[in-house]
Amino acid sequence: MFLLKNVTYGNILEIQELYIPPGKVTCITGESGSGKSTLVKLLNNIISADRGTITYQGTPVEQTDPVELRRKVVMVPQTPPVFGGTVKDNLVAGLEFSGHPPAEDSLLTEVLKTVCLEKKLDESADQLSGGEKQRLALGVALLLEPEVYILDEPTSGLDETTERKVIENIYRNISGRGKMLLMITHSKAVAEEYGEIVVEMADGKVAGVKERHR
Amino acid sequence: MNEIIELGFWQMAAAYVFIILLFLIIKARGINREKELFIGTVRMTLQLVLAGYILAYLFEANNVWLVILVVILMQIFAVRNIFRRVKYRLSKRIKQMIMFSMAAGTLTSIFYFILVVVQVSPWFEARYFIPIAGMLIGNSMTGISLGVQRLVEGMYDQRAHIESALMLGAHPKKASERIVNQAFDAAILPTINSMVGMGIVFLPGMMTGQILAGLSPVTAIQYQIAIMLGIVGCVSLTVILFVQLGYKAFFTDRAQLDKKELLLISSKEK
Repeated sequence: MFLLKNVTYGNILEIQELYIPPGKVTCITGESGSGKSTLVKLLNNIISADRGTITYQGTPVEQTDPVELRRKVVMVPQTPPVFGGTVKDNLVAGLEFSGHPPAEDSLLTEVLKTVCLEKKLDESADQLSGGEKQRLALGVALLLEPEVYILDEPTSGLDETTERKVIENIYRNISGRGKMLLMITHSKAVAEEYGEIVVEMADGKVAGVKERHR
Repeated sequence: MNEIIELGFWQMAAAYVFIILLFLIIKARGINREKELFIGTVRMTLQLVLAGYILAYLFEANNVWLVILVVILMQIFAVRNIFRRVKYRLSKRIKQMIMFSMAAGTLTSIFYFILVVVQVSPWFEARYFIPIAGMLIGNSMTGISLGVQRLVEGMYDQRAHIESALMLGAHPKKASERIVNQAFDAAILPTINSMVGMGIVFLPGMMTGQILAGLSPVTAIQYQIAIMLGIVGCVSLTVILFVQLGYKAFFTDRAQLDKKELLLISSKEK
């Protein structure tokens, strides 16, 4: 769980208090420029707040080893880059980055299925479209099995049908295992269907928090 | 043929006539480079004449403090030249890393070469120390300039890749590994290429000079091989030191990309 108190970041974000409970799906919605991406970057500690405290499981993130924290709180950016080579190279690179041993090809193929990426492991990753790159990055995140998945608009490059399928698969993969999914989404429908907590952002502030039961 | 042919006044003049002919051809063809050719020729002549007298004085004096002073001046010149050659604005931190890598890498190599390889006694013997130091410092300067350029460029161009790797829990070292390796390659490749072509494609300047000055080609070659190994080792050492330190300048102590460092680079051309 995350707790943010009096957090500011430049003139982009100002949050008095926000509690994100553990083991749930939290959707963050809001207009472009409302501070959604900045908020999740702070949770992943890829940027640091100017003021205020952010705690993860009771410990301020600034006092945690940043690399260890990010291995528990993995984030996939909105337009994830590919690391060259094949689809498999990218999945393996993700594992290497976070200090995991290499995985069997069968597991890698399984992950590709979960994110609805119908590509062979030896296909070139550079040839993938934007939406396919996004799904490949989601696959990497799933392989890492962190405590928290932070996904910044994970399906913005997908058509509605594929988007639903991918999110449903990720939800099934994560839910019921005590893991936390934090997802920025533009889609009200996705937020309403999957978000157990929906945080509405506006002008860098939390405009509202709704709790739902799925 | 064993006697060395001393170049007299008219022979030197003939060498300049060769350049004057080229000068006329350039002018006739309308290639706008006669000014550069003229300045270049005059500069080279003055520099070499001056260097000849200074070296003659230094070899004669053979004073330890003078030798140290010359090496310090070489280092200052080399470091300033690196700062000038790199297209990007560099932070104080990177500049300090360049200075440290140049000093540590070249001095280690120079002393290894002087004390272990050539076994010069006394160690500051100017006739050996100054040319060897000059060659090692000069080549390291070229290598490290290429390394800095590639590292800075890579860190800036691939910032999205690096940040993406960090978000997954990569250590800064791992996240920038590829860029660091590419920078090392870029810095060392020209030296390796010149080593490969040596003796076949061209005879290196030092060796040509020694042979023309009457030394046996076999002795000249022994020195050339030793110097070439020294150059490759020295360039590798300085560049490794730099790239292993240099990438750290782009990260904060929270293992985040240092936005200030990237901003400085984005202001680009000096």
